[in-house]
Amino acid sequence: MKTREEIAQALAASGYIADAELATAISLMQLLKRPLLLEGEAGVGKTEVAKALAAAHATELIRLQCYEGLDQSAALYEWNYQRQLLSIQAHRGEDADAIEDQIFSEKYLLERPLLAAIRRDRPPVLLIDEIDRADDEFEAFLLELLSDFQVSIPELGTIRATTIPHVVLTSNGTRELSDALRRRCLYHYVDYPDVDREARIIMARISGAGASLSLQIARLVGGIRKEELRKVPGVAETLDWAAALVGLGVNDLHEAPDVVHETLMCLLKTHEDKSRVTREVTERLLGKVA
Amino acid sequence: MSCCGANPGYDELDEVSRLVSSKLAAFLKTLRDNGFAVGLHEGRDAAALMTAGYAAKPGLLRSAFKHLFSARKSDWEKFDGLFDAFWLGKRVRSRSVTMGSTKAANSPSLKSLRDTKSEPSGSEAATDQVPSTGEAPEDRAGEGRMEGASRAENLSEIDFRKMVDPEQIAEAHAVAAQLARTMRTRLTRRDLARRRGYRLDLRRTIHRNISHGGVPISLVKRQRKPKPLRLVVLLDASGSMSMYTGVFLRFIHGVLDEFREAEAFLFHTRLAYVSDAMKEKDSARALDRLSIMAQGAGGGTKIGESLQTFNRWHAARVIHSRTCVMIVSDGYETGDAALLGREMAALARRCRRVVWLNPMLAWPGYAPDAAGIKAALPHVDLYAPANTLHSLTALEPYLAKL
Repeated sequence: MKTREEIAQALAASGYIADAELATAISLMQLLKRPLLLEGEAGVGKTEVAKALAAAHATELIRLQCYEGLDQSAALYEWNYQRQLLSIQAHRGEDADAIEDQIFSEKYLLERPLLAAIRRDRPPVLLIDEIDRADDEFEAFLLELLSDFQVSIPELGTIRATTIPHVVLTSNGTRELSDALRRRCLYHYVDYPDVDREARIIMARISGAGASLSLQIARLVGGIRKEELRKVPGVAETLDWAAALVGLGVNDLHEAPDVVHETLMCLLKTHEDKSRVTREVTERLLGKVA
Repeated sequence: MSCCGANPGYDELDEVSRLVSSKLAAFLKTLRDNGFAVGLHEGRDAAALMTAGYAAKPGLLRSAFKHLFSARKSDWEKFDGLFDAFWLGKRVRSRSVTMGSTKAANSPSLKSLRDTKSEPSGSEAATDQVPSTGEAPEDRAGEGRMEGASRAENLSEIDFRKMVDPEQIAEAHAVAAQLARTMRTRLTRRDLARRRGYRLDLRRTIHRNISHGGVPISLVKRQRKPKPLRLVVLLDASGSMSMYTGVFLRFIHGVLDEFREAEAFLFHTRLAYVSDAMKEKDSARALDRLSIMAQGAGGGTKIGESLQTFNRWHAARVIHSRTCVMIVSDGYETGDAALLGREMAALARRCRRVVWLNPMLAWPGYAPDAAGIKAALPHVDLYAPANTLHSLTALEPYLAKL
């Protein structure tokens, strides 16, 4: 994967339809060996980028889901205390130093995602999902890891990365990230796809969705996104809806306006939005879909 | 600050490369002036990109630089314009200094302005600065200027400089500190290892007792870690509130200082994010920046529209599950009262508590019958009078219960 076209093709082969800018971002990631920070609304397919990237590289995807209170023992490594204790009991009476050497060896180390990511033979894709949900302290720690790619474990010594993973971070903007982290990363804002790209995404993901139906669905979803909604439907919702329509045997939206209106629950996730998009609104939107 | 000139590796480069690298350095300077945080590292990477063939087409180079230099959505959106203006010579505004950018604050135009602050011209000096920076089309956090406000935004008559009286500042800080202590901290899901917790931490217990050969002699327990409450203050700086704006600005200053997590906004006909400006260490400069942002204060109030801006652009970032939003306003809405009701409902859904402090409520004979306040009241958890710092301290027991 060198040129942008090759990257876009490789991503498309694994089911992700990338725009030219994202392909540039990924080529830069490889060239500069920097992490890629993806920001965007929920449901625009940020996580999918990492999955597709792993598939395109034919490598492992290691995912670290961030949450408030995430700490080193859940993200980096932990000793397997139970096994250590068993070992101590089993070797009772032997030389203390030998036991110590044994229980603080690789065998008793539990790898967590971050440590796993730097110890693979083949560079994996490390997805740090929703980094904005983790605490500031964790962010600072992550920053150190991402710049040095080495981890020091007091009992074992420093572990250097065997390979530098492809790091993808995603953020929903629930918390402002630190400038330091932002500067470390390449930045890409993932927006809702345009009609053409969304139609291609539907075709790639939903088997049985024809070109004309996909285009109709994409246009209608594009129209719905322009309505004043509290929760704008993302690509994931579009795919759900497309799957529902295909499952119900719809080939043309105009032929089944009732089904269209009734299945809109796949797109509209709040009561307020549901009541705002009335049958009349659906018909008006359908009218705009050629 | 040249990122490319000083490197000895560039000595062997021919003249063309020299030209390119000096141009690149100039571009980095332009970006810095526009509030981008770009350093030496980015400069080096940019040069690497150009040698790696990304400079073949302008579109490709723009896209590559965009990923490299942007750090947030606002950067992302204005980058294309800046790039085209610099490299392709398209006519775009040459320099739009971002408000509140620390780099911009060092630029000569503001420096000279700061020097004028010692002159006795008072608030006029502050408003004089408006043309130089106030017209930056993109305000700091995306709070777009509301065009076409129905009432003229009259220029700042409020003298924010009164804030610098050290005694009053100390008093405001004392009140804010007291509030920060009493407003109950929130429990979180995050557990802390404690000797006297309510739950046994098995992993840590085993770990600690390895030295006893695994016999659990000393126990480790966990307890929930208390996290600070975040306070977001929205201060009405309209004409009808002018008597109280000074008092509450001092209070906000204290809040930003004393609360571990706090954000502040001013609103009148539009909304301005003022936390960064007020956190400025140099208090004179903080006031300068505040004056720029508060232009239009003392005019009409559009609470509904301001809240809409807040809900749309800022709420996701500044509000989390432990946030209390404090609105200080008299509720005299010159905009659409129904819109205010809707936005208040949206706000109330989002945050833990909404407090509405109304200075007018302290007046004898006042009843909340302005259309605005009527629409807002159903969504407010605490509606209370407050017109001085002392009345704020009197509210303590109520706020503590929130």
